[in-house]
Amino acid sequence: MPILKVKNVSIKYVTGDFKSIGLKEYVVRKLKNNYKVNEFWANKNITFELERGDMLGIIGTNGAGKSTLLKAISGIMVPSDGSVQREGKIAALLELASGFDGDLTVKENAYLRGALLGYTRKFMDDTYDQIIEFAELKEFEDRPFKHLSSGMKSRLAFSIASLVNPDILILDEVLSVGDGSFRKKSEAKMKEIINSGATTILVSHSLNQVRSMCNKILWLHRGEQITFGSDVQKICDDYQDFLDGKLKI
Amino acid sequence: MFEELVKRDFKQKYKRSALGMVWSILSPLLMMCVMATIFGHFFGRSIEHYIIYLFSGQVVFNYYTESTNGGMHALMSNARIFTKINVPKYLFLFSKNVSALINFGIILVVYLGFVWFEGITFTWKFLALVYPIVCLIFINLGIGLILSALYIFFRDVEYLYRLFTQIVMYGSAIFYDINRLPQDLQNVFYLNPIFVCITYFRNVVLNNTVPDFWLHALLAGYAVVLFGLGYYVYKKYNYKFLYYV
Repeated sequence: MPILKVKNVSIKYVTGDFKSIGLKEYVVRKLKNNYKVNEFWANKNITFELERGDMLGIIGTNGAGKSTLLKAISGIMVPSDGSVQREGKIAALLELASGFDGDLTVKENAYLRGALLGYTRKFMDDTYDQIIEFAELKEFEDRPFKHLSSGMKSRLAFSIASLVNPDILILDEVLSVGDGSFRKKSEAKMKEIINSGATTILVSHSLNQVRSMCNKILWLHRGEQITFGSDVQKICDDYQDFLDGKLKI
Repeated sequence: MFEELVKRDFKQKYKRSALGMVWSILSPLLMMCVMATIFGHFFGRSIEHYIIYLFSGQVVFNYYTESTNGGMHALMSNARIFTKINVPKYLFLFSKNVSALINFGIILVVYLGFVWFEGITFTWKFLALVYPIVCLIFINLGIGLILSALYIFFRDVEYLYRLFTQIVMYGSAIFYDINRLPQDLQNVFYLNPIFVCITYFRNVVLNNTVPDFWLHALLAGYAVVLFGLGYYVYKKYNYKFLYYV
C-alpha cells in the first residue's frame, strides 16, 4: 500500500504579459488581439510511488522543478494535470524563515505559525517551552520578530515545524539551518523523525548526503523526469557524470 | 487558527499607531465633523437630525470601505504564508473582515451614543438593524472575495477600486437627500447596495419605521448575488493564485 502516489503530475506556469500589466492594459490588449502569454512547464509527467519508511532523494540542477514538485506533493499547489494521492499527515519544511510577521513578538509568531500548521492551542501551550528551548531563543521571546537575525528566524521556524510526528516529511535543503551546534541538533531531530518510520522526501545538492541516506532517488531535469529508481549509487554516479559533462541527456 | 489570525490582524492594525484603537474612532468622527459643518449649512435646514442622517451614512460606508479594502489586500499580503504552508486561503480574508467588523461595532456604539444625545428615543424597532448589518457582512465578504482574486491577477485594481469607491460614496447620498432629485434618477440609487443599507438605517433610526418588504428583499438579493459571485470566483480561481503572487 503506497503512502504517496504521484501520477503524471504536470505543472504549468504562465509567464509573459499577464503578470505585470494591469486590468486596463489587459482589456486594451485583448481588444487589439495583442495579448500574449507563454506557457512554461515546471514539471512534466512526473510519476512515482513511495512506501512507508522510504527515503526519497530528489536531485537535479537549479530550475529542474524540484521545489515546484514539493509544493504539489504537500498540497500547496494543485497540479495542472495528473494527481497526487497521500495518506496521513504531511509536514513540509520549505524555505522556513518567510511568512512571519515582523511586528509581532517571537512568542506571538510562534503561536500563529503553530496555528497555521494546524496545531491546537492546547498543544502549543504544552509545547511552547520546548520550542523556545530548542530554538535557544528564551531571552528573545518578547522581542519583535524583526529584531532577530535570519539564523534565529530559521531556528524558530524549524523548531515549530519539526514538532509533529508526520507520516510524510518533506525537506527542502533545510538540513543546513543555523550555526554549527544548531545544525547538529536539527540533524539529530530529523533523524529521530525519519527513524520513527516516516516517509521522507529530501531535496539536496549534496550527493554524499543523498547516497548515505536515501533508498530511492528521483532525478529531474528542466521539469522532466530523467529517472526514478532504487539503484541510488548508479543514478548518483550518472548524475555526477552529467554534472561533469561526461554524460549528455 | 482563525482566532490567531484575527488576533494578528488586530495587533498589526493597532500596534502601528500611537493612539491605537482611539484613532479608529477619531478619524471617522473628525471626518464627520467637517462634513457636518460644511454640508449642514446646505442640507441641514431641510433634514431633521442632520448629524444622525450624516452619521448613518458614514458608519455604513466606512465599514464597507474598510472591509472591502482589507479584503482586497488580504490574500496578497499573506502570499508568503500560503505559498509555503497549505492553508485555506479564504481564512485570511475572513479574518480581515472580522477586524473590520469589530471596528464597525465600536463606531456603532458611538453612533448610538449620538442618537441618544440627539434625543431620539430607542424602541424595539432598533433591533431590526441587525438585518441590514448581516446583509452588509455578506455583501462585503462577496466583494472582498472578488477583489482579492482580481488584485492578484491585476495590480492596478487597487486604483480602479479607489475610483469606484469614490463613485459609490457620492452615489450613496451620505450627506444629501435624494428626494430633491428627479424620480428616474432616484431609482438609480437603489442599484447601489450601500445606499439601500443606509436607507434602512435612516428609516429605522430617524423615522422609527421598519422598511417595507421590498427593501428587505432587495438587500437580501444583493447579499446572495454578491456573496455567491465571490464564492464562485474564489472556488474557480483559488488554486491559480499561487502562480501569480
